[in-house]
Amino acid sequence: MKEVKVFARAGQGAITTVSILGEALFREGKYAYAFPHFGAARMGAPMNAFLRFDSRPVRLRSQVNSPDYIIVVDPTLLESERCFLNVKSGGIAIVAIRDEKKLSSPKGISVFTLPAEKIAMEIIGHPFSNTVLLGAFSKATKELKLDSIFKAVEERFIGKPEIAKKNIEAVKRGYEEVKLA
Amino acid sequence: MKKFLEGSHAVAEAVKLCRPGVISAYPITPQTHIVERLADFVANGELDSQFVNVESEHSAASVVLGASATGVRVFTATSSQGLILMSEVIYNIAGMRLPVVLVCANRALSAPINIWNDHQDAISVRDSGWIQFFAENNQEVHDFVYQAYKLGENNKVMLPVMINMDGYILTHGLESVDIPEKEMVDRFLPPYNPPYKLDIDNPLTMGVLGDPSIYLETRYAIHKTLEETLELILCIGEEFNSMFGRKGIDLLETYWTDDADIVIVAMGSVCGTIKDFIDRERAKGNKIGLLRIITYRPFPKEKIFECLKDKNIVAVLDKSISLGSEGPVYTEIKSLFSQSKPKINGFVAGLGGRDITMDTLQKILDISLKKVVRCEFLDIKESLLKEEFYV
Repeated sequence: MKEVKVFARAGQGAITTVSILGEALFREGKYAYAFPHFGAARMGAPMNAFLRFDSRPVRLRSQVNSPDYIIVVDPTLLESERCFLNVKSGGIAIVAIRDEKKLSSPKGISVFTLPAEKIAMEIIGHPFSNTVLLGAFSKATKELKLDSIFKAVEERFIGKPEIAKKNIEAVKRGYEEVKLA
Repeated sequence: MKKFLEGSHAVAEAVKLCRPGVISAYPITPQTHIVERLADFVANGELDSQFVNVESEHSAASVVLGASATGVRVFTATSSQGLILMSEVIYNIAGMRLPVVLVCANRALSAPINIWNDHQDAISVRDSGWIQFFAENNQEVHDFVYQAYKLGENNKVMLPVMINMDGYILTHGLESVDIPEKEMVDRFLPPYNPPYKLDIDNPLTMGVLGDPSIYLETRYAIHKTLEETLELILCIGEEFNSMFGRKGIDLLETYWTDDADIVIVAMGSVCGTIKDFIDRERAKGNKIGLLRIITYRPFPKEKIFECLKDKNIVAVLDKSISLGSEGPVYTEIKSLFSQSKPKINGFVAGLGGRDITMDTLQKILDISLKKVVRCEFLDIKESLLKEEFYV
């Protein structure tokens, strides 16, 4: 079983991130369980979304405390939420960055970065970087095919083909632009 | 067809296929997504139903009571404060023998206000005469909806059914859910045909004064029906299984209990975590099992007794508390045994959304092996008690 933890602020679409990722893995025949945890339950407050996936049904319902993978949607949370703490050894972090400041990789964790919000602004016109980060996740972790994410995005934006198209483009750009820090 | 769905939407999909004539609800977190999705279905024509917007949960329950009394299949959903605001009507619905189906997205009760999960809301109305099920995952919640209508509307039952699903953990959790074909649901669940209803051509009065000469009998009748329902639940579960190929509704589920020295008793989604814990402990040679209570009302006493009577240690995990007494499930399990064996321990955990982790479960095991506890709160922050609450 693999565990993913997303660090974001409420309103940044972390639930969308894990639900599209879960849908994509589900389409690859995996069992997935995606779920949120709200802290203060208001816009802008730090929150987490989680995903577990496995080749067997996922039964474990507690929050993810030692993830294999983390996705940091908002880099201002890196210190306050101590995002790298408890990531499993050999784990992978995908961090959306806002400047070129070099991130130091904690021991045993591979940190991948990309200017996800900037890319989202260019393609979608809003700073919703979820789909960009999903492309980056696919590249960094090799856990799932890009095509599965495309299909999950289409499912998510069913009846809104323009938005789906832009988000698929965002997934591709995330895949292309993510780099090992 | 299998879909990757949020628990709330898994409920809405099932309700849609049951085609209730009237839906009424008032939004409350974490239940809201259920009725939002149903409102979508009604608005876009996928579901031909009257969706009644109301100003409170008390009114929502009253609307479905009235609609059900006219012989229509109805649905409502709520949580926490919403359920206890409904509680007056909740008792009336059962007393009037109306087969309303309600999904409760289990959430803690105020104060302090808390939107997260525990079982206190459902427990607070456990004595009302409603049948109560607790689901472990979203597939179960989905499947329970079909079976709840079939059970409640059975002319020998005519009682309301509350399906409990853990707030956030299931309502906002996405997982794979198999949704059956409409034709299959129609075959399993015939149209609602009540033995009595409000009908201008055949007038009758419902919900009248029950004076001392008859009230006692009304209570006895509900109680007897609930006891007899235990058998019917198993029959409906078997029928569901034979038609849909998935496990149907049941009273209990046992997981590695046969040779277990210690059996944990629990309800709801935490049982999934407990199963993973048991697998881990079994790999180390620790003989632990789980008894999951699916049907909480009627309480399947005899079957629970049979399962636990030869065990050394039983550990009951309550996600609610009867303040001033102990965990409600613990009290009932304890009442089944008069001898010293099994040793029955009571634990309270996960109140107000406190995460129940493998470490929490490890504490249950460690404490149960060492001593006997009646009402042990797990994961208490001692410093908070001293500094804030002066305990």
